[in-house]
Amino acid sequence: MIQEAEPLIFERSSPGRHGYSLPDSDVPPLEEDAAIPAHWQRSSLPLPEASELDVVRHFTRLSQRNYSIEHGFYPLGSCTMKYNPKVNDAAAGLPGFSFVHPHQPESTIQGALALIHGLSRLIMEITGYANCSLQPAAGAHGELCGVLMMRAHHVKQGNPRRKMIIPDSAHGTNPATAAMCGYTAIEVPSSERGTVDMDALATLLDEDVAGLMLTVPNTLGLFEQDIVEICRMAHEVGALVYCDGANMNALLGTVQPAALGLDVLHLNLHKTFTTPHGGGGPGAGAICVNETLEPYLPVPLVKEQDGAYAWDYDRPDSIGRIHSFYGNFLNQVRAYTYIRTLGAEGIKRAGEYAVLNGNYLKERLRDAYALRYDRTCMHEVVFAGLKEKAEGVRTLDVAKRMIDYGFHPSTVYFPLIVPEALMIEPTETENKDTLDTFIDALLAIAEEAQTSPELLKEAPVSAPVRRLDETTAARRPNLRWQPPE
Amino acid sequence: MDYVPHSDEDREAMLRAIGVASTEDLFQDIPANVRHPHLNLPPGMSEPEVIRHLQALGQQNSNVLEMPSFLGAGCYNHFIPSIVNALILRGEFLTSYTPYQPELSQGTLQAMYEFQSMVCLLTGMDVANASMYDEATATAEAVLTACSITKRSKVVVPDTFHPTTLEVLETYAEGRELTLVRVPTFTIDDDGAFHDCWDAVGAAIDDDTACVAVQVPNFFGWVHECQDIAETVHAHRAMLVVSADPVALGILTPPGEYGADIVTGEGHSLALPPGLGGPRLGLYATRKKYLRQMPGRVSGMTEDIEGKRGFVLTLQAREQHIRREKATSNICTNEALAALAFTINVSWLGPEGMRKKAELCLAKSHYAAAQLDALPGFAVSAPGPYIKEFVVHCPSQVHHVNEHLLEHGVLGGYDLGNVRAELDRHMLVCVTELNTRQDIDRLVATLRDFEA
Ligand SMILES: Cc1ncc(COP(=O)(O)O)c(C=O)c1O
Repeated sequence: MIQEAEPLIFERSSPGRHGYSLPDSDVPPLEEDAAIPAHWQRSSLPLPEASELDVVRHFTRLSQRNYSIEHGFYPLGSCTMKYNPKVNDAAAGLPGFSFVHPHQPESTIQGALALIHGLSRLIMEITGYANCSLQPAAGAHGELCGVLMMRAHHVKQGNPRRKMIIPDSAHGTNPATAAMCGYTAIEVPSSERGTVDMDALATLLDEDVAGLMLTVPNTLGLFEQDIVEICRMAHEVGALVYCDGANMNALLGTVQPAALGLDVLHLNLHKTFTTPHGGGGPGAGAICVNETLEPYLPVPLVKEQDGAYAWDYDRPDSIGRIHSFYGNFLNQVRAYTYIRTLGAEGIKRAGEYAVLNGNYLKERLRDAYALRYDRTCMHEVVFAGLKEKAEGVRTLDVAKRMIDYGFHPSTVYFPLIVPEALMIEPTETENKDTLDTFIDALLAIAEEAQTSPELLKEAPVSAPVRRLDETTAARRPNLRWQPPE
Repeated sequence: MDYVPHSDEDREAMLRAIGVASTEDLFQDIPANVRHPHLNLPPGMSEPEVIRHLQALGQQNSNVLEMPSFLGAGCYNHFIPSIVNALILRGEFLTSYTPYQPELSQGTLQAMYEFQSMVCLLTGMDVANASMYDEATATAEAVLTACSITKRSKVVVPDTFHPTTLEVLETYAEGRELTLVRVPTFTIDDDGAFHDCWDAVGAAIDDDTACVAVQVPNFFGWVHECQDIAETVHAHRAMLVVSADPVALGILTPPGEYGADIVTGEGHSLALPPGLGGPRLGLYATRKKYLRQMPGRVSGMTEDIEGKRGFVLTLQAREQHIRREKATSNICTNEALAALAFTINVSWLGPEGMRKKAELCLAKSHYAAAQLDALPGFAVSAPGPYIKEFVVHCPSQVHHVNEHLLEHGVLGGYDLGNVRAELDRHMLVCVTELNTRQDIDRLVATLRDFEA
């Protein structure tokens, strides 16, 4: 990464410079009366004026002020930062996918529709569900879609109900989604084992509960061992169970979530199925449902008839559309390429080794970092900070010090129920050497916390910037460049 | 083929360190009766096999590079320069996460800040977020935000708004109290010509109105005058939501100048190829006073402890990971890389390029309209100024016309019969800077041979 600051593209601007290359008009000039009336036209547009090389250098330099999976280990818990295979990008870049218009006649997009249909079938097989839609553009979008389907089911039964039960360890998108869909989020505490407190759950369940939103394995990296019973209890009062499948990587090939009794599941294709995160998106979500919720899937779906594929809008109980078209199609191409590359065997190995790596880190770090729940974990492990607390040293400091050792920090302060949470997810694509180097760094940092805590508190010293003043950023927001008066 | 790097020795050493005999021991929490299902998936493939398979699927699709296309209706084929892909596919941008750790994410954060600045300049607004999924979800969230701010539930929309966006809005509004009032704002005469009755929008606004949402240019391509509407909206203490095409904003007055309170838009056409409609890029900008109700991520400029300029995700107290059920939205992952592509392209275009792009659309669409209008049986109908899309009334149903065009290797315009049965002879034609005069002449010549 480069240290030197890069000015804003606006600060690189110089009047009269330009980089664009567009053809001259090959049609006659506009008739007078066809023009846009002068008072409807803008008077100024102070965008940057830069040459093509200026633009290329600017963004190349910006890129060099970023860390990425391709730099090194990115042990960000809950994010599944595994290798994003290049062949997926090559596939998504084929003109037969990237230059296809969504309104083209179906006869001219049979390959694209076949891919959507095929990916849906692969995902249904991996998860065990009756049907799925790839329309959600991200995980939270899938949640919205899923909870709206749960609501549609209850409305059809005569009462949308009012409550959604969500564990205290849940990701923020879960309660936010419930609220967007008109539900009151009710928190169920976690037990000493880190999973849903069954007694508390029993007292919360009643006929006004529309559903539960559970993450499997949960955000502590633990498998809900009572999941089958939880689903049974929920179903007994007519409630449905939503599964946040952000952590599906752990379950690949080992269990189909549908078999556990979970009614609806979203996947983050940008986690489990390797579509790149792009600095925060575009992602892609799949939403998978059992027979109960199948009628409510968003329109359109893709159907196959006599070997031809077509959009299917004929779904009277559908919740409607949730996206302009059919979600982030080019990421669907990437996910499809990935699953076809791996096949059944590769899918199974991905899950198995993700869990192996997770447990290896847990065991090797447990003497230096406080294990909050001492049991076999799945694909990730959550520590409650340093085992031996050091004066004034917080988890944030540990995380920032990882940067000086050449690693991206792990997730911190999530889930909220673990004090000083440090959440590490290695993924299956990291080799043992990388994990060992990381472990050595974390052990050294724990040591430093005792011997020279200032190294942690001042970290990072090797990144493009030091710690940033977030308080002022929020108090006096500077969110855009302003043209000079 | 898979991407697991472990050798057998690695695996054994790791199992020993964990203290278990096999990986199977790590899955004991999973009920045994459902563990290890048989997965009926096709066998894996090597890279040459998988890419050949994908190429074969891709070749079953016609694409707009090899066939002249006049399709728009919400997804546009505008020119994206080579530098965009070259830069966004750099691993540093492509494979980084959401910039929660700012020290390692200055590239993404600064690009977000530049993106926000450009969206503000194009729309004439004070602040913008770092993107939403698409225009439809951005507009749906804008309308719901306006309802929360005004504590009212009536939403007025002219029937010239993109119908898909309204469908998404209706989906998003489930579970919330919201009354969508669709105002008829045009009539069609016996010859199939459109006539504007825009004043009907103003008449629908009252003291229960939370917001009016208008689209510029509208779904059918023409531009409404919104100044009067804005005044009426504000006289009733309601809000004006404008969904604007950023390409058209290369020429048009920014909505902020005529009183918009929230501006949304679809930015994909300045960022990415059509891609069957995704990824897209939702734009969202608003006035400073509504900043704390804005959904989505924002990057802010600040300093590090040495006084060096830096950027951070800020005002996170609006967001789901801090505020949970009280957040302004549930959005988390957005369309960051598409926003980066937009920022690169707009930097390359600059003010002159943005204007030239819009002027090319303007000139070419008017040329195409004049040629089509001169064809016997075809009549162009545009009750207001337009930039790249217009409606043509055809001598028979559009799907017949389009079949004929397709037989001759041309992708005809959008069949408006898909959104309204009575418009089945109306085609929405889109012409961008990428349609050459030759393409347009070919469209016209092919239609000349068309026999109804
Ligand atoms: C557990 C969990 N649920 C939901 C989400 C939301 O997914 P997305 O960011 O794709 O909307 C995330 C991702 O951050 C997550 O980790």
